[in-house]
Amino acid sequence: MIVGLLWLLGCQLAGTVIVELTGIPLPGPVVGMLLLFLALVLRRRDGEDDPIIQVGDYFLSHLQLFFIPAGVGVIAYLAVIRDAALPIVVALLGSWLLGLATVGWVLGLFLRRVPEVAGTQGAPGEEIE
Amino acid sequence: MSIVLWLFVTVAAYELGRWLRRQTHSPLAQPVAVAMVIVGALLMLSGTSYDDYADATTLISFLLGPATVALAIPLYHQAARLKGMLLPVLVALTAGAVVSMVSGILLVRWLGGSDVLERTMATKAVTAPVTIALTERLGGYPELSACFAIVVGIVGAMVAPRLLTLLGIRDPRARGIAVGAVSHGIGTARMLEESRVEGAFSGLAMGLTAVVTCLLVPLVAHLLL
Repeated sequence: MIVGLLWLLGCQLAGTVIVELTGIPLPGPVVGMLLLFLALVLRRRDGEDDPIIQVGDYFLSHLQLFFIPAGVGVIAYLAVIRDAALPIVVALLGSWLLGLATVGWVLGLFLRRVPEVAGTQGAPGEEIE
Repeated sequence: MSIVLWLFVTVAAYELGRWLRRQTHSPLAQPVAVAMVIVGALLMLSGTSYDDYADATTLISFLLGPATVALAIPLYHQAARLKGMLLPVLVALTAGAVVSMVSGILLVRWLGGSDVLERTMATKAVTAPVTIALTERLGGYPELSACFAIVVGIVGAMVAPRLLTLLGIRDPRARGIAVGAVSHGIGTARMLEESRVEGAFSGLAMGLTAVVTCLLVPLVAHLLL
């Protein structure tokens, strides 16, 4: 448990240090995510008893809890939302739809040549968030 | 006292949201959305400022950092699925991220929204913890971008499967990846109900989109903002 927590905090710390030192325009935790991904690939151990997986999966199963304080912050912006309701609603839904169609169509063009079996093996995705 | 009070209220509202989801199975019953409404109402009723609430709950919001790091785990589990399709997936996700960011920014601009709102809209296709961090860096409203991300997640869960069929996108891998790319975790949970393949690819797309978007944000910001 503690070992898994150390990995998560250690990667976040390393990511934050890298961002501070290099000035790369990424959030520290995102760099930490990439570091942990590399570590997982290099270690090649992912059994049920792996402390990183255990602690990480627990964190992810309650991911929504951690952004409630930020989400509640929307009440500080109720005036912004009221004054800019049209641009917010149209841009939110419009860019969402355009993004969805773009990814779907571009992939549709490519995937005709990739047989489906290549991608359908393995465990199902975990529900996070 | 107020620290324990707001921590208790926040966790209790979250648990109530989880209970509501178990009861209704509705995509609208997202624990975070339910908790936002309950906590927001209590703050307004009690006349507590958001700043005081945010101070009281730093213990919870701090955990967003390690939880974001933990997103590497599902990405790692699903990386094997990319065999033979890494390049097409990266091309599609890059195209999708650019279209989503650019159209979000331009639509806000054309409809008379402010510069800060453009910066807030840019990264809403990314999972909430990452969009909060990115919007902070871009100079938008992080809390509002989290709300946008939750809304597009719920919209995706409600209409994406039918919409994809309407758009003629039938390959389950393409469907899953498209939803994960724009509706992140909440959309992924919905695609898992469609099929394991769609859910798994959706989760994969969510992780990769976070990475791709982070790398593209400086470029888009430089060109457009």
